[in-house]
Amino acid sequence: MDAEAKESRKQLVADVLSGYPEKTAKKRGKHINVYEDGDSDCGVKSNIKSIPGVMTVRGCAYAGAKGVVWGPIKDMVHISHGPVGCGQYSWGQRRNYVSGGKMGVNSWVVMQITSDFQEKDIVFGGDKKLDKVINEVEEMFPLNRGISVMSECPVGLIGDDIEAVAKRKSKEIGKPVAPVRCEGFRGVSQSLGHHVANDVMRDWLVDPAAGKTPNFEPGPYDVLLIGDYNIGGDGWASRMLLEEMGLNIVGQWSGDASVAEIENGSKAKMVLIHCYRSMNYICRHLEEKYGIPWLEFNFFGPTRIAMSLRAIAEKFDDKIKEGAERVIAKYQPMADAVVAKYKPRLEGKKAMLYVGGLRPRHVSDAYADLGMEVTATGYEFAHADDYQRTTHYIKDGTLVYDDASEYELERFAQGIKPDLVCSGIKEKYGTQKLGFPFRQLHSWDYSGPYHGYDGFAVFARDMDLAVNNPVWKMIKAPWKPAEPAEPAKPAEEAAE
Amino acid sequence: MEGLRQVAFYGKGGIGKSTTSQNTLAALAEMGQKILIVGCDPKADSTRLILHAKAQNSVLSLAAEAGSVEDLDIEDVLKVGYKGIRCVESGGPEPGVGCAGRGVITSINFLEENGAYDGMDYVSYDVLGDVVCGGFAMPIRENKAQEIYIVMSGEMMALYAANNISRGVLKYASSGGVRLGGLICNSRMTDKELDLSEAMAKKLGSKLIHFVPRDNIVQQAELRRMTVIEYDPECKQAQEYRALAKKIHENKGKGTIPTPITMDELEDMLMEFGILKPEDETIVGQTKKATVA
Repeated sequence: MDAEAKESRKQLVADVLSGYPEKTAKKRGKHINVYEDGDSDCGVKSNIKSIPGVMTVRGCAYAGAKGVVWGPIKDMVHISHGPVGCGQYSWGQRRNYVSGGKMGVNSWVVMQITSDFQEKDIVFGGDKKLDKVINEVEEMFPLNRGISVMSECPVGLIGDDIEAVAKRKSKEIGKPVAPVRCEGFRGVSQSLGHHVANDVMRDWLVDPAAGKTPNFEPGPYDVLLIGDYNIGGDGWASRMLLEEMGLNIVGQWSGDASVAEIENGSKAKMVLIHCYRSMNYICRHLEEKYGIPWLEFNFFGPTRIAMSLRAIAEKFDDKIKEGAERVIAKYQPMADAVVAKYKPRLEGKKAMLYVGGLRPRHVSDAYADLGMEVTATGYEFAHADDYQRTTHYIKDGTLVYDDASEYELERFAQGIKPDLVCSGIKEKYGTQKLGFPFRQLHSWDYSGPYHGYDGFAVFARDMDLAVNNPVWKMIKAPWKPAEPAEPAKPAEEAAE
Repeated sequence: MEGLRQVAFYGKGGIGKSTTSQNTLAALAEMGQKILIVGCDPKADSTRLILHAKAQNSVLSLAAEAGSVEDLDIEDVLKVGYKGIRCVESGGPEPGVGCAGRGVITSINFLEENGAYDGMDYVSYDVLGDVVCGGFAMPIRENKAQEIYIVMSGEMMALYAANNISRGVLKYASSGGVRLGGLICNSRMTDKELDLSEAMAKKLGSKLIHFVPRDNIVQQAELRRMTVIEYDPECKQAQEYRALAKKIHENKGKGTIPTPITMDELEDMLMEFGILKPEDETIVGQTKKATVA
């Protein structure tokens, strides 16, 4: 990006900040930056409390722990412990697909189970009720392989001892009962929920099972696929490639996971992590305690997939290396066909992103494969290490924002005039009303998978559907009846 | 509800709030006032002297049995004692579990919604120890108690609690109509107790409404689960409570917005009265061994 265009971006940031009171502008200013080539990080502060009064997009610790990490484990019953709302309104949001099993018999991911706190549970404490709920779960769903207790805010406020209940009930029913202290008021975002969830997984499932599971037959190619939540089938599209290259997946955490897969964690030879933010904690533990190395990879778009397959194979023997080449050779023509079909329709289009754990950087090269460019990006709940990693992806002049407010996103979209905005459901309709094509990049907008070669084909189609939807040509501002059917090129593009 | 007087008794735990309030309310009942006592202490012992009972069934324990407060009728929780005084105990969880503060909010809402206050001249809230959280401040929030009486003595911790409670009252004085009715000294026969109490009341921008002397007859009546008003109506102590009752009755609308003081000011005052000795900074943090050497 040339100096003039960069300068106009900086001016846009200043303009947007000027809409805030002085103190807020000063604080928010530290979270927004125009990236310059050669910078060691994105130049934004992160993982700091949102400013009261701004419309932050962030979630809470419960969302991170239940919604992201624990919820997808299919043969466990996850109890939303507290009043009914948290479980009810987060029900089915993440589209974590599961294989095999029968809902309500030995698979519960799509069900909402709550202890439904009433006034008396608050006043007299909810431990007795939790005990009873666990008994009822056992009676109604005897094939469950474990229970998680996802603590909602009031449980933390009134000081219930869910750990004591979990310990006692676990002994009684002979299965893991994991108490997850993910009260929503804790931490600055859903990020703390991921951390808490990782720690509980470590202490109540992985470590207790280490040295057990006599049926496990170890092999030289045993790997754990971590940080893939099988949204729209992502995990399957990824797993397929790893298996085809000769690796043996001993656990998929936690999309489509079973308790056994979590318990086998300590026995893997290698950990492959996709979403670093949400599960890096347990990777570090597996490395420190069991000496299992871990590797970050990226399965968005053929360029990164091939790079990742080779990087993974590098850690194994020639058989796997040869396997990786075979897989790439097999699928590359398919990817080429996808690019041939969609690139002419998407070439030169600019995307503005605002997402969560890994996507603000990871999808970057998938867009590049389609001839598109990520012109602005940011994370809801990232930490400094995420922004460091982001520098490996973004280009000079990219606008980076951390914990952006709805106001900022709206104004940035208006200023940058991207051809596509990708964020979540909360941003979707407002952005579309501003006249911008939009795709949800949390839930894949009820589509998917987007991971792997299969996912790339779906990804390319979906982006084309959004960007080239003829509906955008029909939008006319009522006060501008003479607006031409083809919208004028954005000013920014002209400047480049 | 027009003429309804809503008062609340606060004070340090063990200071004699329940005893003082029940005796005073019994005296008010003698004067022909129709009274409702709302006990806001999980121990549920704010009404035992009026009812001659150990502890009455509380709103919350009955609600827990029945499922929720919506399943209760007001008759289930309302008991009538000495001179027609109506008694309700809010109750709450056993120590160490749940949220007693939320319990107070739940039961007061229940009582209001179900007409427990209808036809009363006085509603009196007896609240535990200190204003530890929002729940226990419920009786001083908007449209609840208009006058707070702080039961205290000449002891340091009682004065400290009185100051803290004043801070709670001040917080809600601007948003609601709550006022500090005055201080009631329940004598512990400490040095210069009357003077100190009066000085404290002055500091808080209030007044010492009555000095209740210590008298063993109170304990004798308590053993019989009675107020002295009922146990020995002729005794001197009964007259004291009658005097206090009369003063409270005449104190309508005369409450003030308290002016709580800082910890330093409080300590200075205690030193002035010789309750607290000036601190010797040279011995702070010195072990016995070091001091001897």
